[in-house]
Amino acid sequence: MELEALDELYRDIILDHCKNPRHANHLDHPDLESQGNNPFCGDEISLQVKLSQGRIVEIGFNGRGCSISQASGSIMAGVIEGKSLEEVGELANIFRDLMKGKALLPNESDRLGELEALSGVREFPIRIKCALLGWSILEDGIKKYSSDNGE
Amino acid sequence: MTGIKPKIKSPLIKNGLGDLVLDVKKIRGDFPILSRKVYGKPLIYLDNAATSQKPRSVINALTEYYEQYNSNVHRGVHALSMEATELYDGAREKIANFIGSPSSENIIFTRNTTEAINLVAYTWGKENISDGDEILLTRMEHHSNLVPWQRLAKENGAKLKFIPLTEEATLDLTNLGELITSRTKLVAITHMSNVLGTINPINKIISVAHDKGALVLVDGAQSVPHLPINVSEINCDFFAFSSHKMLGPTGVGVLFGKTDLLESIEPFLSGGEMVREVWYDHATWNEIPYRFEAGTPDIADAIALGAAVEYLEWLGMDNVRRHEMELTQYALDAFDELDEIKVFGPRDVAVRGGILSFHSEVVHPHDLGTILDRDGIAVRAGHHCAMPLMRSLGLIATARASFYVYNYEEEIDHLISSLKKAIRYFGDGIRSVR
Repeated sequence: MELEALDELYRDIILDHCKNPRHANHLDHPDLESQGNNPFCGDEISLQVKLSQGRIVEIGFNGRGCSISQASGSIMAGVIEGKSLEEVGELANIFRDLMKGKALLPNESDRLGELEALSGVREFPIRIKCALLGWSILEDGIKKYSSDNGE
Repeated sequence: MTGIKPKIKSPLIKNGLGDLVLDVKKIRGDFPILSRKVYGKPLIYLDNAATSQKPRSVINALTEYYEQYNSNVHRGVHALSMEATELYDGAREKIANFIGSPSSENIIFTRNTTEAINLVAYTWGKENISDGDEILLTRMEHHSNLVPWQRLAKENGAKLKFIPLTEEATLDLTNLGELITSRTKLVAITHMSNVLGTINPINKIISVAHDKGALVLVDGAQSVPHLPINVSEINCDFFAFSSHKMLGPTGVGVLFGKTDLLESIEPFLSGGEMVREVWYDHATWNEIPYRFEAGTPDIADAIALGAAVEYLEWLGMDNVRRHEMELTQYALDAFDELDEIKVFGPRDVAVRGGILSFHSEVVHPHDLGTILDRDGIAVRAGHHCAMPLMRSLGLIATARASFYVYNYEEEIDHLISSLKKAIRYFGDGIRSVR
């Protein structure tokens, strides 16, 4: 039972993202950047985003930490590409609901894409913070970008 | 007084070599929590540097206080209050004897080690450390013996200096004579590192510090539970430790201070208990140690700490130390089999306690922690409240296994096999099922 829970947590796709993080580069002159860490474990993530016509066109993702924080950050970098900041905010809320174990509406589940691979984290409450680290850092960056740009 | 009378049985048993060693099986029977299961597996508790488990005598002492003589101390004229006062100050007496304090007046109850250190920083420190003075620490301090001194240094214009580490994770005392200058007012050092397990040569440091006129505070949070301690022999000026890491309950810590020092400093917190006489516009202070215990203290937990001290004395701290040295040696040898895992800290168990921090390039400490947890093994993963030390090791986190009197070799075997599984899982992608 518990071994299955572990396999559910550490799906192949998670371990793959952890070993080969996507968008693992640093962008110069980004429109939006943000970095942060989890004070409890020290995991770190930094993000840079380039925007064009209100949509994310390029992402730089770097980090150090556990497989869940790093895989979640890498998956996030993939799913936010091409999205508007508003859509990213909605997706962050859906993902947070998924982590909290809330039942998602069918149209919300459809929007998860690769994020669904992280649903096993729900069974490990102590690790939910790891999965949300990248999202919290991205949202901080969006908030700062919006206030800097008078929105 | 308490439910079990540990003194009627012996905690020792003859091993295969005919030596008397801790009878771990018997000892485990005194700890109710050790019979519980985690995810259907027997609990293997290896997070003792964070907090220890409690024997039944300690749990009973808490229950008995609340069931039989719950009342406030030092003021009631009734039977309950007199009983509670006797047991509360009796616990202070037991603790004084346990650490070789000349008197129980040197034993101040605090909430924990952190509060004990803050008490010194906010009283003696504020009064005696001024612009241009120096405070000497080590590069292996827990945040609780670092951050209070950072704040004091900033407020009073003092400078922090640090004793560096050797390659073997011991203190590099080569330049100690130069590090302690005529401006050094205080040396604050951990007795045993909560990350590296290193036991520091505090006697030597204290003697050099005293020669130069500096006082010494020792953070004994990790040493008092595991080593025989005599603060009079050590000759430290202040010594701080916590109940919950030494079989006692949470909520109580201890500050030992030399009499003349304690008498020379102003109180920390003020209010009830700590006063002798109060007028509308001023007050005079109670004698030590009560001067430093404002408000109703944590009576039940202090009494239960007394029960924990009785239990440790029954085991014998020399026996505790020997048991943990053997267990640590066993664990160090077992970890040698794991090429993928690096263990930090000294190899020589004569200068290290039962704390093993380790790191793998293959599996992050958090992931290790999760996998071990599912095997019923409790370890700590993180920075262990020593972020500067982690940075100097080039890491953001380690996993840490730490031992106590109820741990035994088979538990370490389980730890090693679970670690092997985690490495296979992450390194080669070998799944536990399918």
